[in-house]
Amino acid sequence: MITELEMGKAESELELGLGLSLGGGTASKIVKPGGGGAWGERGRLLTAKDFPSVGSKRAADSASHAGASPPRSSQVVGWPPIGSHRMNSLVNNQATKSAKEEEEDGKKKAKDDETKDVTKKVNGKVQVGFIKVNMDGVAIGRKVDLNAHSSYENLAQTLEDMFFRSSPGTIGLTGQFTKPLRLLDGSAEFVLTYEDKDGDWMLVGDVPWRMFITSVKRLRVMKTSEANGLAVRHQDPKERQRNKPV
Amino acid sequence: MDLRLPSKVLEHILSFVDSNEDRNSVSLVCKSWFETERRTRKRVIVRNCYAVTPEAVARRFPEMRSLTLKGKPHFADYNLVPDGWGGYAWPWIEAMAEKCPSLEELRLKRMVVTDECLEKIAASFKDFKVLVLTSCEGFSTDGLAAIAVACSNLRELELRECIVEDLGGDWLSYFPETLTSLVSLDFSCLDSEVKLSDLERLVSRSPNLKSLKLNRAVSLDALGSLLRLAPQLVELGTGSFSDKLDQEAVSKLSQAFSEMKELKSLSGLWDVLPEYIPLLYSVCPGLTSLNLSYATVQMPDLLELLTRCSNLQKLWVMDLIEDKGLEVVASSCKELRELRVFPSGAEGLNDTNVAMTEQGLVSVSEGCPNLESVLYFCVQFTNAAMVTIARNRPNLKCFRLCVMEPFAPDHKTQKPLDEGFKAIVERCKDLQRLSVSGLLTDKAFEYIGTHGKKLRMLSIAFAGDSDLMLHHLLSGCESLNKLEIRDCPFGDTALVANAAKLETMRSLWMSSCCVSFGACKLLSQKMPKLNVEVIDEHPLETRPDSSPVERIYIYRTLAGPRLDMPEFVWTIQKNPEIGVSHLAIK
Repeated sequence: MITELEMGKAESELELGLGLSLGGGTASKIVKPGGGGAWGERGRLLTAKDFPSVGSKRAADSASHAGASPPRSSQVVGWPPIGSHRMNSLVNNQATKSAKEEEEDGKKKAKDDETKDVTKKVNGKVQVGFIKVNMDGVAIGRKVDLNAHSSYENLAQTLEDMFFRSSPGTIGLTGQFTKPLRLLDGSAEFVLTYEDKDGDWMLVGDVPWRMFITSVKRLRVMKTSEANGLAVRHQDPKERQRNKPV
Repeated sequence: MDLRLPSKVLEHILSFVDSNEDRNSVSLVCKSWFETERRTRKRVIVRNCYAVTPEAVARRFPEMRSLTLKGKPHFADYNLVPDGWGGYAWPWIEAMAEKCPSLEELRLKRMVVTDECLEKIAASFKDFKVLVLTSCEGFSTDGLAAIAVACSNLRELELRECIVEDLGGDWLSYFPETLTSLVSLDFSCLDSEVKLSDLERLVSRSPNLKSLKLNRAVSLDALGSLLRLAPQLVELGTGSFSDKLDQEAVSKLSQAFSEMKELKSLSGLWDVLPEYIPLLYSVCPGLTSLNLSYATVQMPDLLELLTRCSNLQKLWVMDLIEDKGLEVVASSCKELRELRVFPSGAEGLNDTNVAMTEQGLVSVSEGCPNLESVLYFCVQFTNAAMVTIARNRPNLKCFRLCVMEPFAPDHKTQKPLDEGFKAIVERCKDLQRLSVSGLLTDKAFEYIGTHGKKLRMLSIAFAGDSDLMLHHLLSGCESLNKLEIRDCPFGDTALVANAAKLETMRSLWMSSCCVSFGACKLLSQKMPKLNVEVIDEHPLETRPDSSPVERIYIYRTLAGPRLDMPEFVWTIQKNPEIGVSHLAIK
């Protein structure tokens, strides 16, 4: 047996980081309070207890969740193992189904517009799923799963982790190795913007979340200096041209 | 007397040897055979783009006309490989442009392909004919336009499940009027609408067009006119199948389908409405391949369709087919070789209220004697079902069972699924690919190690109890080539003890397991012919040797450490600051 292997807490449980966030979001990041070692904050190895619908026959040594809700099997990254094209298609179907059901219920909602947008997916391209995120100065974009987020705070947290905690994307897409980007502390340097269906770039955060996710096409973490003049909603066409990102 | 075969004679003989496996054997006979073989090989396949450098490949095979490359590990399909990991096509395209300008065909899978790459292809290879991109990303429709406009002898352009930055449908309009050589066009993964008139003109001036896969944006009405222009199609991927058509349009479409005497493969069918299914009846008897996995049609609307597909060899469906539908498949599709059943519920794996269970697969295994490849997503399964399936179909070559509920036991006996998988590996002696799921103990892997002698690829998730599991696999599965594991509770001892095995395999992927940092370092130190990549988004410099890493990807290579690793990929060569292993492993 490995001598130095730390067996972790009293519950003899190994803590390790799950493949979180990048390329696909997990809705619930399991946060362990405190804890020794560098691993206190990361997730843990999932066991049967995390999937409440299954009787837990496995070793009952998984710790209490300390308040964090166990992830549903659908919230685990990359599970079930379905390619992203298929996953997006399923999500669209689900959205159509629920939208149809809502309409059938005869409910008149203020969000009627949104659901219509989502159902108009035959020729439209609204994919409530993975969208691209680019950051100024970072050559390679990332993808984030909007479905795995429920609010702007959620999304901001994920993006912060993606781009600020670890500096990825140091390689130009031509395969040349470029210097790592040293990001400054504090997000005041950068703002989060998005391109909507009409091709306009707007500041994130002004419309209700649900409206946002049906109209967003892609995200960009922009330098604050460049974002000046980026109007919130109505933009005069001349300004729009100037603000069109590279 | 010189008893060597004159190279001209050997060359002539080799012109009949197509299989690269055979050619690899030929090249091992002696130096002169190696030389003759390498000078005559036209089709080169590199299944791990980091196993060898592009320059080495170009040098060895100067007459290369077709190059196939694979980049990212398979689990990248499920978002387990962070963006920016690698798999760049550029260095290969650049090298080939310089050294093999006669290259005609490029097939890339899971690679990052930029518009720059596509422009380079268009500019460098004068006789370029075939571009097939599978699960690639990084390019936009602008890159496609570059290919369209410049490749005057283009035969195949296929985009399969790619992630493309869609800037509109204009790219299609860039095919010049002089291009008449098109044989295959697949743009099914794109979103934007292309101009119908341009598409129609392209189709009408392509007499050799055999395969056309449209995207969802192509309407049903448009489909009609396209089919009338290309009744010779062998493969068709429709667009959206749900517009409301008037009676005349429907009968014209029906007529168009019935004119398609050569059609063997049908796919697309997004949003197909039940009332349009009868339109397909006329082509069913000729079909050998049917992909309904995007068709949200429920039972019993599928029944009539399936009963007519008596020559079907490949069927992809969603679980909306239910056990009932699979029974019909079992009785109607006697030629079936490959079955894939995908889940229809997105978020709610537990919400699937379709009546599809293990019984569906059992029926097909009973009724279809040629069934050899299975991919089956199901909420739960039983050992008894697997035993029956194994008994019915010892000829299975590929068995991928995805029980969607992790750790789900046999739902009738509540026991682990060990015995079921045991039956599969014991009976199916030619099994080459296996994916396991559900509740599994180390015993299951003992069985796999004991019996899975022909197993080449194995995928495991949420399984096993200890290091023994990995040890059984690495020491038992003689033919193991690719092993991918996620969320299993073991690592170090088995890995280090079986280090030599890793050099006989193409690759090993482990994520969210218990492989310690120290073990990775140790492995790197012991095995210089392997690239041991630790893919971890959190800094490693201060990590103790005992702490687990997020992901490891280990592959054999002749090229040494790669030069394009992002920050979150750590190797002892790139990151000497992480030091040597202090792990004491008995």
